[in-house]
Amino acid sequence: MPGFLDAASGAPLHPAARAALLAALDDGWADPARLYGAGRRAALLLDAAREAVADGLGARPDEISFTANGTQALHAAVLGTLAGNRRAGLQLVHSTVEHSAVLHAAQGNDASVPIGVDPTGRVDAAAFVAAARGPQVGAAALQAANHEVGTTQPVTEVAAQIGGVPLVVDLTQTLGHAPVPDGWSVAAADARTWGGPTLGVVAVRTGVRWRSPHPEDERESRRVPGVPDVPSAVAAAAALRAVLAERDAVAARQRALVERIRNVVAATVPDVEVVGDPVHRLPHIVTFSCLYVDGEALLSGLDRRGFAVSSGSSCTSSTLEPSHVLVAMGALTSGNVRVSLHAGSTEAEVGEFLAVLPEVVADVRAELGATGL
Amino acid sequence: MRLDARGRRCPLPILDLARHIDEVAVGATITVEADDPAARPDVQAWCRMRGHEYAGESRAEDGTPAYTVRRLH
Repeated sequence: MPGFLDAASGAPLHPAARAALLAALDDGWADPARLYGAGRRAALLLDAAREAVADGLGARPDEISFTANGTQALHAAVLGTLAGNRRAGLQLVHSTVEHSAVLHAAQGNDASVPIGVDPTGRVDAAAFVAAARGPQVGAAALQAANHEVGTTQPVTEVAAQIGGVPLVVDLTQTLGHAPVPDGWSVAAADARTWGGPTLGVVAVRTGVRWRSPHPEDERESRRVPGVPDVPSAVAAAAALRAVLAERDAVAARQRALVERIRNVVAATVPDVEVVGDPVHRLPHIVTFSCLYVDGEALLSGLDRRGFAVSSGSSCTSSTLEPSHVLVAMGALTSGNVRVSLHAGSTEAEVGEFLAVLPEVVADVRAELGATGL
Repeated sequence: MRLDARGRRCPLPILDLARHIDEVAVGATITVEADDPAARPDVQAWCRMRGHEYAGESRAEDGTPAYTVRRLH
């Protein structure tokens, strides 16, 4: 799919996932809780998928539950950890740049403590630790890396200093792309980001207090109610295995492409800010903002030339609010573009994108009468 | 100088600032009244990128946020 530079929203289905999905639609359609042959076959497939995902995540299979999607995994991670630790306190300490699903889950909780970030998007670790060690804290939430700007967060460092407070770690964008940091108590992941189908993963470390925010049944270690999507779990596991086998080689190639994008954009587009930490970052995500540019017009202009990217500019969101991540960083929000690469993204594709970008930006500025300001 | 950018969406309030900053003296201020939620971060980012001083946020009489910039050069 040439020109698709929005893998962080969901990468194209990995060939290994497609093959596994088709096979599992035939072999894994039955209810895995049933005791007849088809049910047992589905249960075997589900168990194998759980083992593969646990292995990729550095967890035990019984610590893993599948959810319908990444957002639901993040909701379950945050709400279940808060519910399980009510006796310790109701407060949730979190960074201001967490995924909106974490912030939405926190909204229902009056006692949230947001901790700010520096201009690169990295949380103030000392402030985060101090807040997490305070009274009445039930849980803390810190992403492994930011989904919009790619900056990695000091998860392991923070985890080592917050005592017994459970740390919820958002691994969406990290699992499949970069090493999973040590120190998580509860984690959430999103199979779409590594070339799997729409499926979420919530992982709860053995011994961590966690109580389902949903009405409970016997499914998924009582963490997620209802029949799990066995074919999607099988496909997600197949994609993860394939992606992890070549992760370091792919990441090295992506890092070089992202470095090129950072340098060329800064050199060829006037009045642009490349945002996010230049070094401590995910390999596949890069973000920049252009002054005097309407983000929606920029996305349309790029789309007309065959490039799919996403944006944190207010005019591209349904609420007309700018990205809370860019706002928290104090970054420019106008004319924002997030480029995110998948394993198949090529040098030629990136080169063509970089070749048309200055002209698309110039066209949008000309339309706004913003030339020479 | 006060600019009325009510109802004008990102990036228009910043464009208004850029078009009028040269009309105030160096050291004087210009205030843009804007209800677009992107104006708050973007006025500050514009000041940083253009080397002017962000002098803070207030409210217009009707409650619209107003962002003040001091021209430095």
